[in-house]
Amino acid sequence: MSAAAPVVELKQITKRFPGIVANDSISLTLNKGEILALLGENGAGKSTLMNIVFGLYQPDEGSIEINGKPVIIDSPNKAIELGIGMVHQHFKLVEPFTVTENIVLGMEPKKGVKIDYKSAAEQVRKLSEQYGLQVNPNARIHDISVGMQQRVEIMKTLYRGADILIFDEPTAVLTPQEITELMAIMKRLVAEGKSIILITHKLKEIMEISDRVTIIRRGKVIDTVQTAGTNPNELAEKMVGRGVTFKVDKQAPQVRETVLKLNNVNSKSKEGVNLLNGLSFEVKAGEILGIAGVDGNGQSELIQAITGLRKIDSGSITVSGHEIANLPPRKISELNVSHIPEDRHKHGLVLDFSVSENMVLETYYKKPYTKNGFLQREVIDRYAEKMVAAFDVRTPSIENKARSLSGGNQQKAIIAREIDKDPVLLIAAQPTRGLDVGAIEFVQKQLIAQRDQGKAVLLISFELDEIMNVSDRIAVIYEGQIVGEVYPQDTNDQELGLMMAGSLKRGGNAGA
Amino acid sequence: MHRLKKIFATDSYIVPIVAVIMGFIVGAIVMLIGGYDPIAAYSSLFQRVFGSSYDFGEAIREMTPLMFTGLAVAFAFRSGMFNIGADGQVLIGMTAASLVGIKLSGMPTYLLVPLAVIAAGLAGGLWAGFAGYLKAKRGINEVITTIMLNWIALYLSNYIVKNFLLLEGQNRSVDNPASMSMTFLASAFDNARIHWGTVLALAAATFFYLYLWKTKQGYEMRAVGFNPHAAEYAGMNVGRNVVKAMFISGVFAGLAGAGEVLGVFHYQSIFAASPGYGFDGIAVALLGLTHPFGVILAAILYGMLTYGSAGMSFGADVPPELIRIVIGSIIFFIAAQGIVRWVLKPFYFKRKKEKVS
Repeated sequence: MSAAAPVVELKQITKRFPGIVANDSISLTLNKGEILALLGENGAGKSTLMNIVFGLYQPDEGSIEINGKPVIIDSPNKAIELGIGMVHQHFKLVEPFTVTENIVLGMEPKKGVKIDYKSAAEQVRKLSEQYGLQVNPNARIHDISVGMQQRVEIMKTLYRGADILIFDEPTAVLTPQEITELMAIMKRLVAEGKSIILITHKLKEIMEISDRVTIIRRGKVIDTVQTAGTNPNELAEKMVGRGVTFKVDKQAPQVRETVLKLNNVNSKSKEGVNLLNGLSFEVKAGEILGIAGVDGNGQSELIQAITGLRKIDSGSITVSGHEIANLPPRKISELNVSHIPEDRHKHGLVLDFSVSENMVLETYYKKPYTKNGFLQREVIDRYAEKMVAAFDVRTPSIENKARSLSGGNQQKAIIAREIDKDPVLLIAAQPTRGLDVGAIEFVQKQLIAQRDQGKAVLLISFELDEIMNVSDRIAVIYEGQIVGEVYPQDTNDQELGLMMAGSLKRGGNAGA
Repeated sequence: MHRLKKIFATDSYIVPIVAVIMGFIVGAIVMLIGGYDPIAAYSSLFQRVFGSSYDFGEAIREMTPLMFTGLAVAFAFRSGMFNIGADGQVLIGMTAASLVGIKLSGMPTYLLVPLAVIAAGLAGGLWAGFAGYLKAKRGINEVITTIMLNWIALYLSNYIVKNFLLLEGQNRSVDNPASMSMTFLASAFDNARIHWGTVLALAAATFFYLYLWKTKQGYEMRAVGFNPHAAEYAGMNVGRNVVKAMFISGVFAGLAGAGEVLGVFHYQSIFAASPGYGFDGIAVALLGLTHPFGVILAAILYGMLTYGSAGMSFGADVPPELIRIVIGSIIFFIAAQGIVRWVLKPFYFKRKKEKVS
């Protein structure tokens, strides 16, 4: 192979869906042994493009060349045959199976009619060693961490002989430490002669690891630049199409009375495991309390306890002095508690309802939306029109299903609904997860605006940057307990990271 | 389950029409293979349905319980449940109508008939509501409980008829004095067994539509049906909605039972096996894309085919079971929409050939 022929070359790829052009004459090249970052907002067309490369979609126009030869990739099997592997954002693993079983699934080495697990495990171990992945071939998927699961996904592609790896938002679910490790693995892969396309909208990662960046906006390639010759601001501007501020502008908080107070809250799982373990903290009006922590340390259970979806075994939770522990969700919601849920598809929206119907998901039963038991369509529609305009929710019409909106616009719709309730307490769980820079900026500004209006804001996030930038005070959660409270101005990523891992405790002002 | 839901909830109307046509074509091919004349068969099928006013009336009679059970299945489905127990609910409705009609026969008719109809609806509703309760409170899948309740309903109904309502020496109840027959139409339809149940079914479809799409409670039910998690987050009581939706679904099925006992037979038989209205109802709901008005149209088609199949054997010597192939194929094509879309594709747009430079 000549050094000049790129491993992947896309030429003028165009893909249309009814109503939109997802990819408009996109061309890009991936050279051997490099990491190419594909940067773009949600809905810019990154995923469509990669699905074309992986054989899930067919382009309407344009062509693909692999190692200089034109190919037609009409199925993922063809893609795998051509040495393309994809590490999906949402893992596609069989939980009760072992690492080895997952990796060989569909391509099991046979011994007679039996599957030869022994040699399979051996192969997996070798691969793991070669790329420094440190995966135990015999562990079961549900016993290993998210970071390890991702490595299993990587090994699945390597086992199938992939030379070209596509990573789709690989760091969205990882802790800071795991992200560092992933970066090292990617560098190792490239050093071993693999080529990587990294889909992301996290500029920090791009700057750290990629060789070149191709920026896509609204289905078109805006530019391709050498990472060494650019900076995050320039990239963000190209991606969004306007200047973006990273530092969140905010005044010092005007902290007032306590709104939310948790005192020694305990909650066990069905199996008797302590999920919330003597949890105490408070949030005051006019401040944003950020809860930092690694996924799975009781954040979800904490939110469920405050919103009435989980019974607590002991302790008290009060909102403006009212005891709310174990009240039904609607009672709590009627005390002016708003909630931007962690999983917007599962909990935040009814995806098959129209945007308009989703806007009144919590208030539909009240006047003026319901009169004598009948929904007042016109009132609801007028309200939805108003909200869509005020929060810049981009949708062809309020009659469109919530499913058809992009992630950022779905989140805007939820935020519109929750903020318009004029809450005393706003709970925001992972409010910017999976959003692009522009949408993140919008969401964070809204949170700060709420706090400036004297609302108490509880922010739960796995993104340390977000916790550091947005919060006025940070509480770290570890194994269902608050292990420390700090102010963002006198801590740093390392210290928080250690606290999140449970190896450092720091006294709090309101904590236990 | 999710796929099934998607198939059920599709709102495109062109697919069912094409599926019906394709179903007829498949039926015709099978007839040709079997050495029958499909054109003669189909024409005698429709002749049977439209040929005389009596037959036309009887075809309407055939459609009526299918409208009810189709609505029952569709309503539960829109609320996120699969009511396979419409059959048992029909039987319980029949039995309630028989009990009230026969035991309270001293009452004036204008009271007795409504009372028997209400009893039938209520009994069917409670029967289904019980399955809903088990799902809401104990988390037991309604598919399993409703199937089990079908059998309980069958034997319970037979027990009641045998012990309390039996006509001596016969395998059926005594005559039921409460009658839903539309006697004033008897001459127009040449004494076909037309009854008020048909009107009730159309009213039920209208109720279905208004309730689900225009009221607060319907909004809740649809939210629960689409996404129970989000409904719970939004403060809706998911369990209560599950019970309520099953109850309403059961009411529809129970009313089918009232129509059969009070409008058609005027007595209740001891059944050797379940009459099968509920299972046909699943097919009708699927065919009608779980929309109330779609269900009515589907019931009309299904009833016509079933009733007309007798004419097929009479006029063209084709075994009436062949119509089951037609119905089965129609449902197959609706479920396997991909095939229909593939057939339709040339009519929609011309795809460009992928070219490689």
